[in-house]
Amino acid sequence: MTHYDAIDFTPLAALSGDDEVVTHSLVRDVALPSGRVLALITLDNGRDHTRPNTFGPGTLTELDAVLTTLAARAAAGEIHAVGITGKQYILAAGADLSDVSRVPSREVAKLVAQQGHFVLGKLGTLGIPSFAFVNGLALGGGLEIALHSTYRTVDASAAAIALPEVFLGLIPGWGGAYLLPNLIGIENALEVIVSNPLQQNRTLRPEKAFELGIMDAIFPASNYLEDSLRWADGVLGGNIKVNRKNEPGKIERLTKWPIAIKMARGMLESRIGTVPRSPYVALELLEAARGGTPAQGFAREDDALAELIVGDQFAASMYAFDLVQKRAKRPVGAPDKSLAKRVTKVGIIGAGLMASQFALLFLRRLQVPVILTDLDQARIDKGLAYIRDEIGTLERKGRLDGDTANRLRALVHGTTDKGEFADCDFVIEAVFEEVSVKQQVFGEIEPIIAPDAIMATNTSSLSVEEIGAKLQHPERLVGFHFFNPVAVMPLIEIVRTSRSNDAALATAFVVAKNLGKNAVLTADAPGFVVNRLLAKVMGEAAHAIDVGTPLLTVEKAYAPIGLPMTPFQLIDLVGWKVAAHVQDTMAASFPERFFSSENFHRLAELTDVVEKDKAGRVTGWTKQAQKVLSVGKSPLSEAEILRRVQDGLAQEIRIMLDEGVVPEVEDIDLCLILGAGWPFIDGGASPYLDREGASERVFGGAFHTPPIAGIDARA
Amino acid sequence: MAEISDVFFVDGMRTPFGRAGEKGMYWNTRADDLVVKAIIAVLERNPAIPKDRIDEVAVAATTQQGDQGLTLGRTTAILAGLPQSVPGFAIDRMCAGAMTSVTTLGSGIGFGAYDLALAGGVEHMGRHPLGAGADPNPRFLTEKLVSPDALDMGVTAERLHDRFPALTKERADRFGMRSQHRTQAAYEAGKLQPDLVPVAVKDASGAWGIANDDEGRRPETTMEGLASLRTPFRAHGRVTAGTASPLTDGATMSLLAGAAAAKEFDLKPKMRMVSFAFSGVEPEVMGLGPVPATEKALRKAGLRIGDIGLFEINEAFAVQVLAFLEHFGIADDDARVNQWGGAIAIGHPLAASGVRLMIQLAAQFAERPDVRYGLTTMCVGLGQGGSVIWENPHYDGKKR
Repeated sequence: MTHYDAIDFTPLAALSGDDEVVTHSLVRDVALPSGRVLALITLDNGRDHTRPNTFGPGTLTELDAVLTTLAARAAAGEIHAVGITGKQYILAAGADLSDVSRVPSREVAKLVAQQGHFVLGKLGTLGIPSFAFVNGLALGGGLEIALHSTYRTVDASAAAIALPEVFLGLIPGWGGAYLLPNLIGIENALEVIVSNPLQQNRTLRPEKAFELGIMDAIFPASNYLEDSLRWADGVLGGNIKVNRKNEPGKIERLTKWPIAIKMARGMLESRIGTVPRSPYVALELLEAARGGTPAQGFAREDDALAELIVGDQFAASMYAFDLVQKRAKRPVGAPDKSLAKRVTKVGIIGAGLMASQFALLFLRRLQVPVILTDLDQARIDKGLAYIRDEIGTLERKGRLDGDTANRLRALVHGTTDKGEFADCDFVIEAVFEEVSVKQQVFGEIEPIIAPDAIMATNTSSLSVEEIGAKLQHPERLVGFHFFNPVAVMPLIEIVRTSRSNDAALATAFVVAKNLGKNAVLTADAPGFVVNRLLAKVMGEAAHAIDVGTPLLTVEKAYAPIGLPMTPFQLIDLVGWKVAAHVQDTMAASFPERFFSSENFHRLAELTDVVEKDKAGRVTGWTKQAQKVLSVGKSPLSEAEILRRVQDGLAQEIRIMLDEGVVPEVEDIDLCLILGAGWPFIDGGASPYLDREGASERVFGGAFHTPPIAGIDARA
Repeated sequence: MAEISDVFFVDGMRTPFGRAGEKGMYWNTRADDLVVKAIIAVLERNPAIPKDRIDEVAVAATTQQGDQGLTLGRTTAILAGLPQSVPGFAIDRMCAGAMTSVTTLGSGIGFGAYDLALAGGVEHMGRHPLGAGADPNPRFLTEKLVSPDALDMGVTAERLHDRFPALTKERADRFGMRSQHRTQAAYEAGKLQPDLVPVAVKDASGAWGIANDDEGRRPETTMEGLASLRTPFRAHGRVTAGTASPLTDGATMSLLAGAAAAKEFDLKPKMRMVSFAFSGVEPEVMGLGPVPATEKALRKAGLRIGDIGLFEINEAFAVQVLAFLEHFGIADDDARVNQWGGAIAIGHPLAASGVRLMIQLAAQFAERPDVRYGLTTMCVGLGQGGSVIWENPHYDGKKR
């Protein structure tokens, strides 16, 4: 058993020095209706809600002192209960991650875990009941503070409740991994600790946290603290009985528990492979939480958290998290937004599926008139029908109210009369991916629209400059490249040509932001960022097949990278025709590094190319595919393929940086994370390529100095 | 056709009253939130009433701006979780705001336009000092429409001492001290607390706490202590902080019902409205207002002052209460008058106070089945008085 009170935590203080924004533990005695006294701790860092309460070493030291005093007061009979709540809207957002990422050694990493257990654990050993009043946001350590308390209430308006550690490559290591399954059962705990963080870091609504049994009571915001205190008084007096229906019983522990873990493991392995560490570490902790004492559980968490904190995946995750949280919000190279033109009407050239998805997004987000055109009314009507159907679906689901749905339906309009585009401020095309076609449609529109109206092309691989070559005002043309599905993927690549002016770019960035997307500025280079690198991923897969490698060998070879999809899942998703076309385009631009695959062209003619199982995994070629494939006789091994992919990516990224496609490697990683779902644990791509030695092999250096890697690798 | 109905005061609750200003417990609490707490509390205590059956919400405030602006009756109804179908409005008659909420909605009930209504008031004098942002018309002074003294309430109290030399400082001090002592005794006997709703409050450091009790009480008050207080409104004057109500933050809320609704929901009304009246007096002696208002209300009710068994008169100033008692020939220390103390001890959040008087009268009615009629009355800045006469439903006709 760990004797936390015998541990010297002073090395932690050095992590943040004077930089820590200390969340103070303020105490006031509250007289309850019965006359009992509850000492109420308010956690407050003295900042507004944009800087949530967090737990650094200074914060925990102060809380420790407060809890020690309160334990003494409890023993003296001065107080009958302790409560803990937060500043307005926020209980706490968990550990101060800037401290955690500065940890110098595994020993200190373990201290981080131990200090949390030491201090938070005191809420369970005061000698009197403790109550967490979860008045708002409670993430990670913020929720664990509640789990250590004897009872919990939640404000029905709390923004989010979650244990998001696995999302960042960690585990709930301040008691959560042990306490939660023992409070709400193993299946619910798996959902909160493992599944939700892996689903775009999903969080719980207060009502859901109450249903799961994380919270003992829920009260409306209008009277939250008053109701909670009255409830606490009732609990203390015995007139309110707390019923924990999801608390696991003997049978659950004996039977359900191991089965649930086994099923979860199977699901994880098929969904994310075995590369990510933290979900599996969480699984092990949850499995072990079935028995033993809390102290044993906490000791396991100490070791597990220390291991993960010093690992490569956490370092890369923190890098990725920072990109998504900060860099994505302040796009590098975006001109000042005051230069942006106000967009009051949007024109869309094309009415196909992509164009219709654009129309829907522009309608919902900008709520301005949107006009579509296409070759004939039948195509337009088909697009409009799709848009109206989608609006209807959103309305039925309650995502749009009736008035707003009517408003959106009235805002969208389709016509073959391009004259109606005259007052559009922003015109985007989504027509066939062919320079001459795009030149033609823009040529038809340009004389109609205002000379400073912005024109945007959604091309994924053509030269934007070439598309605008015949325009009278090419300076107002930008690339505006969405990712599929348009409504879901958060990235837009905004492409600057040598002639694009600042007003056009500024407008594009403002529009992207108003569409709820993150934009990255790229040069007008083939495939921009994401498609160029995906072409590398797909191209290496094609090459491996062409030389005679079995399909499943290729599929398995990519697994260690931890990509969201195997190469052939990806190709099957984007479509074989598109994939073949992309390879051609890239091979035409960079024949020495990309391959045109004859096999791809033949496969693209088939209706079904690969067989898949229920989970969507590729299991082999279809019979048709086997007939048309023509392959060589020098198959590659998994290791050879992996190395080719790693080296190919490192080389391509290096070249892209040298060409100035984006200013910094961070922008490439950001694009891959947001546009292609590349994993946090790889930091997108470059931290992974550095740590795998690909950068060193290819160009004798690294993308990051010092490397973004775990402590052991840094030393 | 609307039906004429009896008007009942079903129930009332209020926030504890806080001292106004930076050191007061509500400095970091919004005025509208205080109203919301009172609405929620009174509805929680009367759970039989479906919220969508509330026909009107009237909330009074003297300074209707900022967190006391924007049609308080409507905003607080929404914030308290009442259905959107429930309408509301804001009301102002300075100190008699909440009283006017009750008489206005009571009138609507009496006419049959409402079945159930919420009537109350709020004043956060810390955030909204009396007269802040006001722009009195210069004609008041240039045409001598009112004396310059009329705009300063403390000075109007000094004017009352001038007018009635028999109302000495010593009598006022003694009245002020008695108010403190009576309130303390009522607290110790648990008379006031059942109608208070605890309010979560944040102090300057950010720590949450809870307001359970009225903050401004001074049970330790002595005559010697009072004698030593300065007279801020006039050098060598008579009115001190000890004989004036303190600046206060607080909110009150009452639930009113007509006879049909009381029957439908099996309510046990605490009081029945008998009559009410408002009346104007010279603004510079606004404290006299309760006298003509009460005479008018008695006349309307067909009652005499001797029929009133319990009085709740707002203690804006001790001298103003004394002037009222003197007029009706009632002793300074009459046990029927403000038996649990008054605004001098409890506080006077202007537009909230009228319902505080009613809450206390209702609580006394429950204890006194021998009393048939009670009076709530108060003076109003710029020279008005308001009075409401109530009947005790517990009255059994037996002498005590």
